[in-house]
Amino acid sequence: MSDIVIEARGLTKRYGATTAVDGLDLDVKAGEVFGLLGPNGSGKTTTILMLLGLTEPTSGSVSVLGHNPLREPLLVKREVGYLPDAIGFYDQLTARENLRYTAKLSGIPATEREKRIEEALQRVRLGKVADRRVKTFSRGMRQRLGLAELVAKGSRIAILDEPTSGLDPQSTQELLELISSFAREGMTVLLSSHLLAMVQSVCDRVALFREGKAGLIGTVPEIAGKVLGGVYVIDVEAEGADTKRAVSGIEGVRGVTPRKGGGVQIDADRDLRGEVAAAVVAAGGKLKGLSMSQSSLDDVYVRYFKTQEMADAA
Amino acid sequence: MQRKGSALSGMSTIAWKEAADHFSSARFHFVMLLVLLTAFGGVYGAIGQIKNTIGQDPFLFLRLLTTAKQPVPSFVAFLGFMLPLVSIALAFDAVNGEYGRRTMSRILSQPIYRDALLFGKFVGGMIVLTISLLTLWLLVTGLGILTLGLPPSGEEIARGLCFLVACLAYAGVWLALSLFLSTIFRQAATSALAALALWLVFSIFWGMIAHALTVALAPIDPTDPMTLVNAVELQTGLARISPNTLFSETASALLNPQTRSLGLVFINQLEDAIPGAPLPFSQSALLIWPQLSGMVAAMLLIFTAAYVTFQRQEVRA
Repeated sequence: MSDIVIEARGLTKRYGATTAVDGLDLDVKAGEVFGLLGPNGSGKTTTILMLLGLTEPTSGSVSVLGHNPLREPLLVKREVGYLPDAIGFYDQLTARENLRYTAKLSGIPATEREKRIEEALQRVRLGKVADRRVKTFSRGMRQRLGLAELVAKGSRIAILDEPTSGLDPQSTQELLELISSFAREGMTVLLSSHLLAMVQSVCDRVALFREGKAGLIGTVPEIAGKVLGGVYVIDVEAEGADTKRAVSGIEGVRGVTPRKGGGVQIDADRDLRGEVAAAVVAAGGKLKGLSMSQSSLDDVYVRYFKTQEMADAA
Repeated sequence: MQRKGSALSGMSTIAWKEAADHFSSARFHFVMLLVLLTAFGGVYGAIGQIKNTIGQDPFLFLRLLTTAKQPVPSFVAFLGFMLPLVSIALAFDAVNGEYGRRTMSRILSQPIYRDALLFGKFVGGMIVLTISLLTLWLLVTGLGILTLGLPPSGEEIARGLCFLVACLAYAGVWLALSLFLSTIFRQAATSALAALALWLVFSIFWGMIAHALTVALAPIDPTDPMTLVNAVELQTGLARISPNTLFSETASALLNPQTRSLGLVFINQLEDAIPGAPLPFSQSALLIWPQLSGMVAAMLLIFTAAYVTFQRQEVRA
């Protein structure tokens, strides 16, 4: 399971004077769900296109399943399925015809083709609308049809670019469940997103992108630990006292941030709920709420980019 | 850098899919309807005209295609005018349409090369043109048999088939041109307008442009007859830049067996010639050889330009 299926070394892409991807090193292991996370324009899509051999890197090397996508693009593209951002289909064709076309292009033998298409359509729950024109499909259905294409192709690696952008919460959930189920069956999934909650719920490891560089790579708790310094975030709501001053003296508190509505958020090394409660009460305040959450990727994201910007400005 | 695998794998899949799309598209139906109507108009006009001379003409079937009855132009003139339009309708959104539908990156992520996509689009268009032109030719021949009551002779069939090939080469030039425009313009509307503008220039204005250029570049000196010859040769040369000129010259040599030359002929060259005597088919074929090769060469050149542009394009829209 620990074989590396995607390996990038010093991957760089320049468009004129702008550098879209800058010296990226990346290792994706077989069977894992890997998230490329970053704001729009941080080089995620360019990275994906280079992994697929659809764009030529300015420098650096890529190896996908041991093949170079530039020299052996057909071998790479046979094993790798790609779901582009805002996927398009031939609207005048039915879902089945669209899949049949790409199945023919990917060289699936005619004897297996129809069976695999049918199975793929059932898998993503489009079996009932298989013979309807894609023109009538909703965005969520199109994304699922895109996944069906990957299934029919029998991809070992799935590269999904912003798979849930523009979807309603229910479709997002459905799509994420499908992606997780593919991963459980041994498909390696590489997905890019700026939706952090989504990445958090499905990804084993994450690379945080910023201006073409992967700033941090690791599991979500690891990254949170690195960026925030503590994995514990305590929300305090209190009245009648300067909560911020009251709690900042406690040992183990890394930072205190005021929140909208009067509360504060405390980043801590360990579970300090008891100490915080005691401190608030000792300062004469009324404790209204106290809760602890594992830091979410949103926090990591916001913090990371804030500190980076500050570092840049300095 | 050496690439592995065939550049053409997947090409036939794309070509047949494109052809199927064209045959079921409203746009193509509309254009073909227009072509059919004008073609029948031209042929009907011709039938009325040549019924008077039946029995005196050994090439009645060819007359069917070339005779014009005022104000309706001949079938051949119609084809020369309409074929580019058919080609433009087939290819003006071939490449930018894929970007517009956002299918380009999905198709290119299949195990095929970009080459296959562009070749497939071109071959798909040529399949459609071949089938349509063959059908049109058979329809016109059938109409001729019905109305004239005569079967075409062997030579007429040979000349007709050769004309069919010339039509394909001519339509191919315009197909390559609109494919090229569809790779350089990201908007389908822009490439359609550019193609239509070129169509108008070459089919209507090119003669005037060639004349104006000739007057400017090779003024005629009344005391020197050679300047006249130079001017005429320059004007013919300029006119032949237009594929429409090449096509109409090809058509006139193939379908009018009496045509002996497509350029200047001096009196001394006509010595011992029997005026009005038809050339054998092989001689007519030799006569149009440069024109036909010119059209094929233009088609290949323009397609190469499209190919180079497309290969260098970034996939992301």
